[in-house]
Amino acid sequence: MQKGILDTNTLRDDFPILKRKIGGTSEIVYLDNAATTQKPLAVIRSIAEYYMNHNSNIHRAVYDFAEESTRAYELTRDKVAKFINARFVEEIVFTRNTTESLNLLAYSWGRNNIKEGDEILITELEHHSNIVPWQVLARKTGAKLCYVGIDDNGYLDLDYFIQKVETGTVKLVSLSHMSNVLGTIVPIKRIIKSAHKFGIPVIVDGAQSVPHMPVDVQELDCDFLAFSAHKMLGPTGVGILFGKRELIENMDPFLAGGDMIKEVFKNETIYNEVPYKFEAGTPNIADVVGFAAALDYLSEIGMDKIRKHEIELTDYALDCLSSVEQLTVYGPSKAIDRGGVISFNIGDIHPHDLATILNKRGIAIRSGHHCAQVLMERLKVSSTSRASFYIYNTMKDIDKLMYALNEARRIFRL
Amino acid sequence: MSDDIYREIILDHYRNPRNKGKLALADVSVHDSNPLCGDEIDIHLKIESNKVQEIKFEGRGCAISQASASMLTEMVMGKELEFLKDLRKEDILENIGLTNLGPARIKCALLSLKVLKVGMIKYYTEKDPAYAEKINGDSQSY
Repeated sequence: MQKGILDTNTLRDDFPILKRKIGGTSEIVYLDNAATTQKPLAVIRSIAEYYMNHNSNIHRAVYDFAEESTRAYELTRDKVAKFINARFVEEIVFTRNTTESLNLLAYSWGRNNIKEGDEILITELEHHSNIVPWQVLARKTGAKLCYVGIDDNGYLDLDYFIQKVETGTVKLVSLSHMSNVLGTIVPIKRIIKSAHKFGIPVIVDGAQSVPHMPVDVQELDCDFLAFSAHKMLGPTGVGILFGKRELIENMDPFLAGGDMIKEVFKNETIYNEVPYKFEAGTPNIADVVGFAAALDYLSEIGMDKIRKHEIELTDYALDCLSSVEQLTVYGPSKAIDRGGVISFNIGDIHPHDLATILNKRGIAIRSGHHCAQVLMERLKVSSTSRASFYIYNTMKDIDKLMYALNEARRIFRL
Repeated sequence: MSDDIYREIILDHYRNPRNKGKLALADVSVHDSNPLCGDEIDIHLKIESNKVQEIKFEGRGCAISQASASMLTEMVMGKELEFLKDLRKEDILENIGLTNLGPARIKCALLSLKVLKVGMIKYYTEKDPAYAEKINGDSQSY
């Protein structure tokens, strides 16, 4: 086997969990990175170090601990801003996850800007987190939710998109940068440009793209971007919302309470400035602090390199999978058009049965509808098996997957 | 290894399900799904003199859920309703020969029993509400 783009052998030593043995005797082959990624020691240690030496609440007290905590928390914000190349650090809001970021937008932006008869445009590729908040908003306001369809290879129907934004009734576009099922990477820059021609703001669900490729919010010119720390080596419980300053400054708060205020009187409150206006209550300080270590880790490797590594793995996996009889791969056939996420089915083996068989061989894949039932309906399947890669996966992992898939075929007498 | 989950008999019932289909003039029809896996089961019952005169099921999902449903229909065909009422999850797992399932997959195996119990409750709710209530109480463990 040729040497890959990343030095995975050295890198894997940073992830203690990958040494765990599941089922038989071999180390786990973790292929569920689209759901969540594993954490390097640097992140785990950073959280422990925070609790051992700095723990205190932020933005208020004046003793040393509190100042250290505030500084560490705000340092992560600086690093996030740099990571996605935001113009202002105030454009970065911490939430719990991508879902909360999208709900914040549906509530704080949506309820003031969407009215009866307006159309909200999303796509058939969306995760439930970028469908349900808009359904709720549409029901509340009397707006209509419209979907950009996909073709049989998982590419968006761009002609329909253009037609739709030209009508003048679309007031918001919200879409995934990369499908969590098909891996399709959508031409987001072109889409944003077209929408902006008609003054329509665009929300990008970057849960799957930001962890796997360079994403530059100024270059894309997106109005909002939502993503989660836990899908990019960081801890769970930390979500990010980027919003252009002029937009978030004019938005109402989502949650109200402590820390989001400037002054409180009996009957009114002057809200704090952005981003604090959107961070009510004590936030997830320790995990935000830990996320900085994840950003450092990824930056050190380089997002360009990570993308190249995943293209190489995906290309190899697609090639291997195409040789298995009765196996259907969903989504674009070219690795360059997709991220490292591959959904498939084999013969009449149900994905849950396949996942059970693979688990016994130490291979963790995901099976089910992947929180994308609209897409499942479009593909005319009830569920798929999904393998998704990250920096620590190797071609050897894919070889083990292939071996196990053939075992599953034997067990099911295909 | 748990590959022996997928023994010949499970695969046989998965690929050649018994009593599969709709039932014209069913006395009771019940549907349920397992949101975790997306397994779906419909059970249709024809009941006469407190006996299962006919049972059919429809469904889609994993081998465990579908084979378990198929084997359950064979198990209860022609039986007294009293027998159905007393069925326990252990009976089902023993019947399909899978007593070592983990918490995620056990739900697949027991979905059809859950549907059958709801069917019984539905059937008795009209005829004998007090009895329906009793079955409901007895099956709270599902």
